[in-house]
Amino acid sequence: MSSKENTFKNLIGKNGRALGSLGYFIILMLVFLIGAPEVMMRPNLHQSVFVMLPVIMFMVIPLVFLVTAGEIDLSFASTFGLSAYIFALLLKAGLDPLLCILIGILSGAVVGILMGCLVVYGRLSSLVASLGALFFIRGFLFVASDSKSISFMEISDHWIYDVLVGKLFGVPMQVYWAALFTIFSYYLYRKHVFGIHIHHVGDNPDSAAQMGINVNWVRISAFMYVGLGAALAGIFSCLINFTWWPTQGFGYLLLALAAVFIGGTPTWGGVGTIVGAVFGVGVIAYMEVGVVAMGMSGVWRQFFNGLIIILAILGHRFHGGRVR
Amino acid sequence: MSAIIELKNVSKSFGGITALKKASIKVDVGEVVGLIGDNGAGKSTLIKTLVGVHAPDDGQIIIRGNEVKNWNASKAREAGIETVFQDRALCPQQSIVWNIFMGKELKHRFGFIREKEQVREANKLIREIGFTSKLIDAESPVGNLSGGERQGVAIARAIYNNAELIVLDEPTTALSLIETQKVFDFVDNVKKSGRSVLFIGHNIYHVYDISDRFIVLDRGEVVHQLNKNEIEGPEALMKVMKDAVSKH
Repeated sequence: MSSKENTFKNLIGKNGRALGSLGYFIILMLVFLIGAPEVMMRPNLHQSVFVMLPVIMFMVIPLVFLVTAGEIDLSFASTFGLSAYIFALLLKAGLDPLLCILIGILSGAVVGILMGCLVVYGRLSSLVASLGALFFIRGFLFVASDSKSISFMEISDHWIYDVLVGKLFGVPMQVYWAALFTIFSYYLYRKHVFGIHIHHVGDNPDSAAQMGINVNWVRISAFMYVGLGAALAGIFSCLINFTWWPTQGFGYLLLALAAVFIGGTPTWGGVGTIVGAVFGVGVIAYMEVGVVAMGMSGVWRQFFNGLIIILAILGHRFHGGRVR
Repeated sequence: MSAIIELKNVSKSFGGITALKKASIKVDVGEVVGLIGDNGAGKSTLIKTLVGVHAPDDGQIIIRGNEVKNWNASKAREAGIETVFQDRALCPQQSIVWNIFMGKELKHRFGFIREKEQVREANKLIREIGFTSKLIDAESPVGNLSGGERQGVAIARAIYNNAELIVLDEPTTALSLIETQKVFDFVDNVKKSGRSVLFIGHNIYHVYDISDRFIVLDRGEVVHQLNKNEIEGPEALMKVMKDAVSKH
C-alpha cells in the first residue's frame, strides 16, 4: 500500500462521521433536485432556508459539546424563549439594544450554569432534569408574559439590526455570524483544552477525575455553552421576526437534537463532530422545505422527516463503531 | 533522607464502612516501597487517597515537609506524583496523544493545545517505552490497543512529567510474562534515575523482588513497615502478612 493511500485511509478514518453527514446532505439534495428541479433551482427557496438556518446552528453546535460530554439538555428550547424574553423586555424598557443583547446572552449562560449545577450537584439524570426545566421555564414564560407577544418594529432602524440580521452581498448577516460562531466552536472543540476535557469526561469520567480534570466544572461549563447558544438563537430569532412570542423556540427542540445525531455525534459520549453537525443542520433545514417542494402534501412532512432521520442514524452505524 | 510525601493518621470511610484507620506512611526520595495486603485490606483506598482521588476524612497530607490542605488529584500531579492506576485511567475513544497528555496538556496562551509538539513527544515516548509495535500511530485511539500496549500508554503518561514519585497500582495484572518483565525493567530504570516508586502488587514474589521497603496493610490499618534487610525472603514476608491477619 502506498503512503498516499494510507494518508487517504487515515483521512477517512478520522473524519468518517463528518464525511458521512456530508454524504447524507448531498444525497438529500440530489433527491430533492431530481424530484423537484424547478423549485430547488429557485434562489428564493435557498434564501428563505438561510434566514433561519443560522438560528438552528447556534443551538446545535453547543449541543455537540454537551452530548460529547455524555450529557443531554432539553431545556435549551425554553432557554431560547427566556433569553429572548429578557432581551425583548429590556428593549421595550428603552435600554440600548447592544446592552439588551449582552444581558440576554448572559442570561442564557446563567440558566445553563444552573441547569448544569442541578444535574451535577443534584446527581440527576440530565435527560429528566432538563425535561423538567424545559416545561418549568416555558411555563414561567406563559405566566410572566400573560401569553402575549411583544413586538419591536423600531429595532429595524438601529445600526445593530443591519450588523446582525441585515444583508451583505445578498446573504443574511446571521449566516456570517453563525459561521464565525461555528469556526470558533470548532477550534474550541478540537484544539482547546476545554474541548479536549469535554471529550475525556464524556469518554470516561473516572479516568478524567483520576488525571486531575475537574469533571464537575467541565460538565457545568458544557451546559453553560448550550444555554449561551440557545440565548443567541433566541435573540437572533427576535431580531429576524421583530417579535417575541411565548412559544418561540419550542418547535426547535426535537429538530435541533435530530441535527446533532444526524450530524454524526453519537449518544454515548466521548466523540462527536462539529463539521458533521453543520451538515446535520443542513439536512434539518432543507428536509422540511424539500419534502413540500417535491409536491408531497403537508400530511406527509413528518413521515418523511422521520424516515430521513432513521436512515441517517442507521448509516452512521457503518462508519463509526465504538471502541472500548 | 527526606520524604516526598507523608500521610499522617489518615482515615477514610465510605458510607459507614471504614476503609482506612489512622494510616501513616511516607515515601522517601529514591526508594521503592512495596505495599501489600490481602483483598479488602485498603490498598486501593490508601493509594487513591495518597494521589488525591479520594479526599481523606481525617489526618494530614504532607508534601516535602509542608502540609497541603484540600488535597486533590490535580495537586498531587503538580507535586510530582504520577500514578499508573489499576484500571489504567485511559479514555479508549481518544487518541494515544490525548491520553498521554490528559489533564496536563501542552498549551499555548489562552489554553489552545500545542498539537504538533504533543504528537512528536508522544511518538518519542511510545518508542522509548517499547510497549507498542513500531507501526502504531500516536493519533490512533487507545481502544484499538492490547492490554499491554494500554499499560504502556499509562506508563508513558506517568514518566513524561518527570515525576518524583510514580505510584503503580497492580501494574502487572493481566499482562503477559514479557510485558510483566518490561514493567520490572521500567521500575529499575526509575529507581536508577533517583526517583521513587510506590508499588502495589498481589504477587508477593514480584513485590519482594523490586522493593527496598514494605508496608503491610490489614483491614485499613498499617500493621508493619519493614526494610528489606529485616526480611529473609518472600516466604518470610508472606508469613508476616498471614500473622497480621490472624492476630486481628
